Amino acid sequence: MTETPIIEVENLEKHFVVAREGLLRRRKEQRLHAVDDVSFEIYPGEAVGLVGESGCGKSTLSRVLSRLVDPTAGRIRMNGRDVTDLKTSAFTRSPLRREIQMVFQDPTESLNPRFTAFDLIADPLRQLMPPSSRASLQTKVEAAADNVNLPRSLLTRFPHQLSGGQKARVGIARAMVVEPRLLVLDEPTSALDVSVQATVLQLLDRLRRESNVALLFVSHDLNVVRLLCRRIIVMYLGQIVESGTTEQLFDNPRHPYTRALLSSIPTLRQDRKRERIKLVGDPQSPINPSPTMCRLYGRCPRQQERCRHEAPPLVADADGRKLRCHFPES
Amino acid sequence: MSAEALLSVRSLSVNFRTRSGTVAVLDRVTFDVAPGEIVGIVGESGSGKSVTAFAVMGILDAAAQITSGEILFEGRNVLAMGARERDAWRGSEASIIFQNPRTALNPIRTAGEQIGDVLARHVPDTATVIRAKVLDALRQVRIPDPEKRAKSYPFELSGGLCQRIGIAMALSCSPKLLIADEPTTGLDVTTQAVIMDLIRDLAHERNLGTVLITHDLALASEYCDRIVVMHAGHVVEAAPVAELFAHPRHPYTTRLLRSVPSIADDISQLQAISGSLPDLRRSDLPPCRFAERCDRRIPACDAAGLMLEAAGPSHTVACRNPL
Repeated sequence: MTETPIIEVENLEKHFVVAREGLLRRRKEQRLHAVDDVSFEIYPGEAVGLVGESGCGKSTLSRVLSRLVDPTAGRIRMNGRDVTDLKTSAFTRSPLRREIQMVFQDPTESLNPRFTAFDLIADPLRQLMPPSSRASLQTKVEAAADNVNLPRSLLTRFPHQLSGGQKARVGIARAMVVEPRLLVLDEPTSALDVSVQATVLQLLDRLRRESNVALLFVSHDLNVVRLLCRRIIVMYLGQIVESGTTEQLFDNPRHPYTRALLSSIPTLRQDRKRERIKLVGDPQSPINPSPTMCRLYGRCPRQQERCRHEAPPLVADADGRKLRCHFPES
Repeated sequence: MSAEALLSVRSLSVNFRTRSGTVAVLDRVTFDVAPGEIVGIVGESGSGKSVTAFAVMGILDAAAQITSGEILFEGRNVLAMGARERDAWRGSEASIIFQNPRTALNPIRTAGEQIGDVLARHVPDTATVIRAKVLDALRQVRIPDPEKRAKSYPFELSGGLCQRIGIAMALSCSPKLLIADEPTTGLDVTTQAVIMDLIRDLAHERNLGTVLITHDLALASEYCDRIVVMHAGHVVEAAPVAELFAHPRHPYTTRLLRSVPSIADDISQLQAISGSLPDLRRSDLPPCRFAERCDRRIPACDAAGLMLEAAGPSHTVACRNPL
């Protein structure tokens, strides 16, 4: 692809210091490695899935990308321009803020309960691209509501007067109203019933096709990601362990963690049943992880002595799939 | 009623008194659970799945009122039991595991103490015997290093381990009936698989009648023998799992199946169910509470007296115009 990616991250790292040095300055600093050495790019109009289990760093990564938190190290480029040194506080006021918007997990908690649906949608507009007149604001908010199939009659309502699906649509409308180029969605459908989830997924797919907005869809539900995304990134304890096209990962997962994840999802389709691959034990601690051990060591069904002494790097195979494993499945 | 049923819920109706009127949350709910059988109750949020479980266990909210029906456990009507008898029954004969294992456990008591509390309540014995039984209960749910885990507080344990403690507690007095109310919601998929395998294995080993309450049809399809589909407080369909997924008869069941992501090849195949659950406070609720969302509605749907009727061997459906 010769197109410029909307966003490109290189060796991105986000560590949280959970305990400083001790009183006598003898204790080692405790650092929680939420995101470690993550690199990828997203092109216009592309839907990318980011999957992994709780604590794998996917939410932290999505917050670093949306510039809600600063990375500890690594580079972030938007439209080819390096924006790493633009701190979150400055980014908020920069014209680039408009281009990346976020949709949060629980629509009940992420919408201000004292704002009507109209004000919730109008708020980002007023902040980021103030309309010239009241009438033009009205027109834009109504258009945004129409775009997500939210009846205009609901615009005067407060969040508690809306159903879960309607609240999810308000969340999407307020992100889309400022015409972003990338939408970062953090588990947008996990609080919804299946019947409602279906509409929201189709809505997101339509928005992507119509307005060429790229989607980064963060989820633990691989079945949802499979339907919506063309590319999938799998994370485990802060690192990318496998990434590739949806077909590559579903038809032939190679990393033991991806295989375990896929085989654990319940499915209604007998033809998609896989042999269960169990991960035994608990994951390693994300605090000060060993730099020389594979992070799946101790749970991995394919582990060997080498995995304990040498952390595998992320390498691309001939088909463009990236893999972090010494002994992947062929 | 089948003679061999362990649990038999007959025409159970539950109302909730609220400030804005009485809500008919359950209406003539009927289903059976045989010993050793895993029955899934599935439906959207608000369909009455959890209320059904709470009614069986006798732990309904004070605002709830059982207006009619029977809950038969080995032929005895538990609703006719006195409070003390019901308390003794709950925990020793029937147990429940809850949705969020972390909040279901007492945060200031160790795992071992909490399991010990249940044992001391139902089978009083010396501290030494109880301690041995606690370790035994932990071993049965395959907890590694039970001596150490018995001394752990819930916050020191992962979500999966907390749910195992919950299961150990529920099974410590060897009940015959286990109700699992969304036992893996909030757990990771790999942990979910481990916990569900454990529940299934224990149910089979101990010939435990099990009710799995879940909104996840795919999960129910993998672990249940029979499935009961609920919508807005009604049981709309019940059938053995293979039969239900191969030949769903109720329009709601088919619509629910078409909205599940794991079944679709392509996003365009997903189909949402139009409309939402009816407001159960309404006095003019139609006999079929799905009628207003249904594309197979016929005039007969508005006639009173809709019942669950046989639609095949051990397949029942409540529909005037089934598929």
